[in-house]
Amino acid sequence: MTMTKRLELVCPAGTPAALRTAVDAGADTIYCGFADETNARNFPGLNFSRDEMAAGIDYAHKRGAKVLVAINTFPRAGAGDFWRKAVADAEARAADAVILADIGLLAHVADQHPKLRLHLSVQAAAANADAINFYAREFGVKRVVLPRVLTVQEIAAINREIDVETEVFIFGGLCVMAEGRCSLSSYATGKSPNMNGVCSPASHVEYREEGGDLASRLGGFAIHRSPQGAPAPYPTLCKGCFRAGDHIGHVFEEPVSLDAAALIPQLADAGVVALKIEGRQRSRAYTEAVVSSFRRAVDAHLAGRPIPASDLRRLTEGQQTTAGAYRKTWR
Amino acid sequence: MSGAPMTKDMRLTVGPVLFNWPVETWMDFYARVADEAPVDKVVVGEVVCSKRTPFYEDRILEVVERLQRGGKKVVLASLGLLTTVRERRAAAELFAGEAAVEVNDLTALAWARPGFEVGPLVNVYSEGTLGFLARKGARSICLPPELPFAAVSALAAAAAAVGVDAEVWAYGRIPLAMSARCYHARAHNLTKDSCQFVCGVDPDGLGVDTLDDEAFLTINGVQTMSNSYCSVIGDLEALAGAGVGALRLSPHSGDFVEVARAFRAALDGDLAPEEAQRRLAENAPGAQFSHGFLMGAAGAELLGV
Repeated sequence: MTMTKRLELVCPAGTPAALRTAVDAGADTIYCGFADETNARNFPGLNFSRDEMAAGIDYAHKRGAKVLVAINTFPRAGAGDFWRKAVADAEARAADAVILADIGLLAHVADQHPKLRLHLSVQAAAANADAINFYAREFGVKRVVLPRVLTVQEIAAINREIDVETEVFIFGGLCVMAEGRCSLSSYATGKSPNMNGVCSPASHVEYREEGGDLASRLGGFAIHRSPQGAPAPYPTLCKGCFRAGDHIGHVFEEPVSLDAAALIPQLADAGVVALKIEGRQRSRAYTEAVVSSFRRAVDAHLAGRPIPASDLRRLTEGQQTTAGAYRKTWR
Repeated sequence: MSGAPMTKDMRLTVGPVLFNWPVETWMDFYARVADEAPVDKVVVGEVVCSKRTPFYEDRILEVVERLQRGGKKVVLASLGLLTTVRERRAAAELFAGEAAVEVNDLTALAWARPGFEVGPLVNVYSEGTLGFLARKGARSICLPPELPFAAVSALAAAAAAVGVDAEVWAYGRIPLAMSARCYHARAHNLTKDSCQFVCGVDPDGLGVDTLDDEAFLTINGVQTMSNSYCSVIGDLEALAGAGVGALRLSPHSGDFVEVARAFRAALDGDLAPEEAQRRLAENAPGAQFSHGFLMGAAGAELLGV
C-alpha cells in the first residue's frame, strides 16, 4: 500500500486581511500579487503594496505558511523594467516563489535571480509534458500550474513524463479557454488578461433596462438578458448567452464555477502535489469559508476518510458547479 | 495618393487555412494562390484541430510543390494547442523534416531547430520573449493580433535589432481563443469526440451573435474568432515606418487572390487605401472590418467608413 502524500493547499489573497484570514483558516500556501498590471487579477482596490507584501509574507512565515507572488501578465513592450522590478521586489521581501508566464521574464529570472524559485503560471498554458520539460530545462521551473483544459487521466500521464511538481485548480472561477491565450475580453473592451491583468472588467460593464429586460453589457455587447425581477448575472464574456446558428444559449459555457473537491483522491493519485483555489478578487468571508472547507477535505483525504460533501454551493457563481475539463465529457 | 516607397518593401504572407474546407476547395485555393496571388510566403497545414488533418495530409506535399513552382516560399504550420500524444508526435515529426516550420504552441520549441518561424498564437508581448526566441533561432515572428501599435512598434524595432522579421495580422477574422472544448460540436449538441465534423459546413466559421442580433464572434471548432475581419490596409505606412516587414492575410472564402492583389497594389502605391479597403469590402459581402487592436482600443472597434 502506498503512503498518501499530503496535498498542499494553495489559497488566494487579494488583500492583506484576506492573506491573514487564509493563513488562519489553514492554507499551506498563499498566492497574491502587487497592486499593478504585473498580476492577472489587477482589479481596483485589490492586491499588495511593497510594504504590505513584506508584512504579509512575514505573517505567513511565522505561522509556517508560504507565499507565492504572481507576476503573471505579459510584460508590455517598452516597459519590461516594471515587471523585472516586481520580481526583484518579491525576492527582496522573501517570497517563497514567483509565478511567471512570460518566457522573456522567466529567462531573465533564471539568469539574474538564480536562487528564486520559479513556478509556471497557468497563464503560460503548458498543457503537455514536452512543454513542461522545456520550461524545466530552460529556466529551472520547479512547479507548473496546469491549464484547465486537461482530464485527470491526461494529468496522470503528464506526471509520469515530468520531474517537476504540478498544481491544479480545484475550486472557483473556471476559464473555458486555454488560459493566457484568450483575447475575448480585449476584443470587447480593449482590456485583456495578458496585457492588463483583467478579464471582462467592471469598468466596461453596464446593466440597463431594455424593453422589460435587464441587459448586462460588456463593452456595449449584450452578454445576458434577464426578465425583470430575475437576477442579472455579471457579464463574463465566455459565460454569456448568445445565438450561434440555431442554437441559443450559453454557447461557450454555462455560468458555472469549478468544484473538483470530489476528485481530490483521483488528482492525488494522478501525482498532483498542490491544489489551487481561484479567487483573489473574493471577500474575506468567502476566503475563510472556502479555505476551511478545503482544509477539511484535504485532511480527510490524508487520513483516508471520504471527502466531505461540499457545502460551498452557495458561494459559487450562478449556484452551479462543474468538474470542468477534468472529466472528458466536458469537451 | 501614392504609397511611400517604404511600403513597397513589405512582403505578404498567406496564413494557414484556419477553417475546415473540403479537400477539393482547399486544393483549388492553393492552386490559385500559387498561380495568381502576388504573395511571398504561404503557411500550409493544420493549426486548429488535429481531427481535420487526415482529410488533406496526403495532399500537402503536392500543395507545397505547387506553391514552390509558383515562386512562393512555403512554411509548414504546426498545431495551435498540443495535448494528445498523437498530436505531440505529429508536431515533433514535422520539425524533424527539411521544411521550415511555424511554431503555434510554445511546446514546439522542444523540437524547433534554428530557422523556425513563430505564428500569431504564440505570446510574444515583450522584447525579452522576442530576444529569447531569436536566440533559439527564430527568423520570423507574427506578432499577437491583440497588440496595439505602440507595442508592435517596439517589438518590430527589437526584432530588427536581432535580425528577425516582424509580421502582423493584417486581414481576416482574428483568432481570439483556443479551448479543449469544441464549440461547433456544442452548438450542434455534440461533443468533440463525436463531432461529425460539423465545422465543415461553415467555410468562414459559425457566427455568434448577441441576443440583440449584433454580430460579435465566430466559432471555428475549438477556436473562437472575431466576427469582424481585421483589415490594416489603411495603416500600411505607419506599419512600414515602424519596421514591420510582412503582413499576414488569413484565408477566407471568396476571391482571396483579389484580397492579396488589393494589399499588393496598396503597398506598391498603385491603389489608395480607401479604394483598397472598398475592394476588400466588395469581395467579402456582409463582412464588417475592424482594426481596433492596432489602435489600442477594443478589437471590435470597426473601421470608419
